[in-house]
Amino acid sequence: MLEVLFNNRIECVAVILFAVGYVTLLVSPNMIKKIIGINIMDSACNLFLTSIGFVYNKTAPIVVNGDTSMNTYINPLPAGLVLTSIVVGVSVTAVMLALTYKMYEKYHTLNLNEVYKINHELEDKEK
Amino acid sequence: MKSNWFKKWDEGNFDLTEETAKSFKINTKENKEKKFKPIEKIVEKENKSFEMIYPVVAIGLALVMISFFLYAVTKMPMFGDPNTPANSSEVIKRYIESGLEETGAVNIVAGVILDYRAFDTLGESHVLFTAATVVTLLLLAKKEEKEDVKEKEIMETDPILKIAAKVLTPIILVFGIYVILCGHLGPGGGFSGGSIIGAGLILYSVAYGTERIKKIITPKVYKIITLSALCFYSFAKCYSFFCGANHLETIFTTGTPGAILSAGLILPLNIAVGIVVSLTMYGFYCYFTRRHI
Repeated sequence: MLEVLFNNRIECVAVILFAVGYVTLLVSPNMIKKIIGINIMDSACNLFLTSIGFVYNKTAPIVVNGDTSMNTYINPLPAGLVLTSIVVGVSVTAVMLALTYKMYEKYHTLNLNEVYKINHELEDKEK
Repeated sequence: MKSNWFKKWDEGNFDLTEETAKSFKINTKENKEKKFKPIEKIVEKENKSFEMIYPVVAIGLALVMISFFLYAVTKMPMFGDPNTPANSSEVIKRYIESGLEETGAVNIVAGVILDYRAFDTLGESHVLFTAATVVTLLLLAKKEEKEDVKEKEIMETDPILKIAAKVLTPIILVFGIYVILCGHLGPGGGFSGGSIIGAGLILYSVAYGTERIKKIITPKVYKIITLSALCFYSFAKCYSFFCGANHLETIFTTGTPGAILSAGLILPLNIAVGIVVSLTMYGFYCYFTRRHI
């Protein structure tokens, strides 16, 4: 079992990175740090996908000298999917940061716990 | 009512979040002045025990998740093995063995994402465009705010930065254009080249302010170029899918592989994607720093 884990060490690193991002997302009350956590999870998924497409002793899928046999090139599909995933990650990050900007403008804090407290106090005042 | 909103927003005299808040009767600016002021000292409330337990539970949950995933990794095929289902399937075989012949692109990944799976990339460009629209809606400054923002711009920057930007910006822009244009001949493509050009524009505007870039990229030019690039992408791909499904001859031929004008639609699509990505990256930077282009 350990042998298999050592052989698939890149997948293991991807899994651990994913968990690091997950813990950052859950534990930190700061919005910017939460966004960083989501980005780490995103990178971990990309690493996992690219590692699936890799094959030893084969080169990148760019045709050289008209050689189009399966034994020369690695799998081109994960590379294309990861390209899509990176761009979607950038868009999601931009939207999250814009929302955080608006939140800071309103509450003058990035800390979510303080935002909850301010909202509670507002509700109490209304009562 | 809604068209009225749009007109106001287009003139730059409108804050959408404020207006939405008004329609849902939550804290608007008028209410805010009555009820809500930024609170300086936060009253420490109860929930101490919750704050103690929460990180421990979260880390425990993550450890359980890691152990499940690592168990799944032990059942996965070996890393770098050529005979795994993912690496030896029929689809991959088709892409590699007849990709050059069918798409004309030397770079097989470019052929996959812009020819076989072009709808995927079209959706992706629209995701990027939607994100740019949402950021514009949230962050576009109102007219009276714009003047304040202008004064805040730092005009006196570092001399080292200025000289470095002067030397590097043309090289970065030319390299980005090269990466876009050679997307079907080697590593590169619209997304990577677009990001490089966007980075060059951002570097220049950090060093020299916006006065010079504003002469070329005005909000109107930004809107028109981005929209026309996306429309070109949609119509070109609709045409090519329609012809392909009905077995008609298209006017875009694959040409000789390796020539710059080959691979049918891949080169113009790369250019369209590159334009969208570069302008969107620059737009994100502008909205986050000074809230208008």
